[in-house]
Amino acid sequence: MNITRRHVLLLLPAAAVAWKSVLAGTPESAPNYTMTDHWWGMLIDVSKCIGCGNCVRACQAENDVPDGFFRTWVEEYHRTDWHLDRPQVISPDGGKEGFPPVSEDPDGIYFFVPKLCNHCADSPCTQVCPVGATFITPDGVVLIDQKYCMGCGYCVQACPYGCRYIHPTKHVADKCTLCYHRITKGLTTACCEACPTGARQLADLKNPKDPIHEFLRTHTVHILKPDMATGAKVFYNDLDGSVR
Amino acid sequence: MTGVEGYMYPNEIRLYWSILIVLYPYITGLVAGAFILASLERIFRVEAVKPTYRLAMLTALAFLIVAPLPLLFHLGHPERCYEMYFTPHDTSAMAMFGYIYLWYLMAVLLFEIWLDYRREIVLWSQQTTGIKRLIYRILTLGSSNISEGSLRVDEKAGWIVTLVGIPSAVLLHGYVGFIFGSLKANPWWSSPLMPVVFIFSAMVSGIAAVMLLYMALTKMRGQKIDMLCLDTVAKYMFYIFVIDFTLEMLDLVHRIYLADESFRTLDFLVHTKLYFSQIVLQIWLGTVLPLVLLFLVQIVKMPEIARKRIYAFCGALILISVFAMRWNVVIGGQLFSKSFLGYTTYKMALATHEGLLVAIGLILLPLFFLWVLLKLLPPWPEKSAHPALAD
Repeated sequence: MNITRRHVLLLLPAAAVAWKSVLAGTPESAPNYTMTDHWWGMLIDVSKCIGCGNCVRACQAENDVPDGFFRTWVEEYHRTDWHLDRPQVISPDGGKEGFPPVSEDPDGIYFFVPKLCNHCADSPCTQVCPVGATFITPDGVVLIDQKYCMGCGYCVQACPYGCRYIHPTKHVADKCTLCYHRITKGLTTACCEACPTGARQLADLKNPKDPIHEFLRTHTVHILKPDMATGAKVFYNDLDGSVR
Repeated sequence: MTGVEGYMYPNEIRLYWSILIVLYPYITGLVAGAFILASLERIFRVEAVKPTYRLAMLTALAFLIVAPLPLLFHLGHPERCYEMYFTPHDTSAMAMFGYIYLWYLMAVLLFEIWLDYRREIVLWSQQTTGIKRLIYRILTLGSSNISEGSLRVDEKAGWIVTLVGIPSAVLLHGYVGFIFGSLKANPWWSSPLMPVVFIFSAMVSGIAAVMLLYMALTKMRGQKIDMLCLDTVAKYMFYIFVIDFTLEMLDLVHRIYLADESFRTLDFLVHTKLYFSQIVLQIWLGTVLPLVLLFLVQIVKMPEIARKRIYAFCGALILISVFAMRWNVVIGGQLFSKSFLGYTTYKMALATHEGLLVAIGLILLPLFFLWVLLKLLPPWPEKSAHPALAD
């Protein structure tokens, strides 16, 4: 067959598309797991969190998170009286080793807020990635193809929740994967498994039998920074208005 | 943790965009500004600025060659940068960069310079010897027809390229502003005015750079500065600077009056960590002072030497001011927490790939490229091989 200029003009875009699909991020597949049957999120019950730091340690061990960076962390809020706009917040080493004891007679209220990637349905980080290395899976998890990421840091700037960082040795973006390697095998996330009080619950929003539905129907829940319209899928129960 | 006041989300303590990302909009701004100055002569027929036309084009090219380097040095994996060309993500503003850059470099700047110099290149390829002859022969791209008819075609094509070039220059830099302005997560950046402010500050800085280069190079060559040209360039610089300052003040007044959730945090930032770079350097020294001086030149009759000194002083202040503006945007935007509860500190490295030494090298590199270009394509009328251009 003679290759003409016309053939080349047709073949080049086709090759580019094929190459793109080869390079584009695809999550690790798991047998007997259908991505479109799930839509993952998480429920965090603030009133149950005791600030033990188990979740942070479990996440770091499970995912080999570098020191000084966090896929999940816990914040301690101290809010006095009506000062919702000026809470005192600490998170020493991401709350990994817990928190200093609170005085016997505290002024105001203290509570703990675990944080992680919100796996937003309309995630700003996915929107801005110049090469599509960050992507949202059909089951609603925001992932990063680290073999593809250039490490430009635009996604880090775009995340309103401070959930991303540039990995200090891999030089690519990194963040919570919702333990995708576990949840696609029927397990829960490392942080949920390690939580002694059940303050963190993995939720499959597409599964009608998931207890999340009953919980959401009967409780007052919030998401973080709703004004950002990111479609966050981490739901907080009993969240104080001072949390941001 | 040292350098942190209040509460930062733990991943926010380090800054992810360094001084190199400050340099990037600064350099592309100089490109866009220099090109706009060149187009004043070509499109808007401002004949007085003609002595700066070719210098402005070569300056734009020298800076454009260096423009992607700060980005490349900054990337965690620069070897993957080609992905932006092959698999651009269509919802990302940043993905446009590769295409806009190539378009601007190949279709606008190189093409226009080639068209403008074509007659001389052909003549130089015949008059010079050795390696220079070879270079000029390559630069002719095989076209040695310099008949009146073909030169008329060059002139028309050059005009069209410049016409296309103006929106391209605006696009090149406006999109850089859009990269910041479109990030809703960061209230310091998120503003529809950001691309417009970037464009006008770019024009001012590019004009200031070419004006200073014109003054310095003319002096170095022992030639007399064309005062009509200099006065005209300074006048346009002043007008555009007024628009730029008005837009920046509009943004400021809007923020103050709106006083949204982030206001108290940003206000504190401006009065503490950014006080010197924003209030002192950018606004008072870099904007108000040159605006007042340039205004005085417009309304008071001054001797030539005084005008020259004021222009040189104002040009330098404007370059510093626009750099400070880029610094305040890029670095300032990362100094506060998105929780609005705390602040961090930028610790600039010295000798790393994103450090101060690399930044200084990258800001000097365009001057080296400009020196090479000036040797290869002298923009001076008396060096022109064609008598018609020596007028």
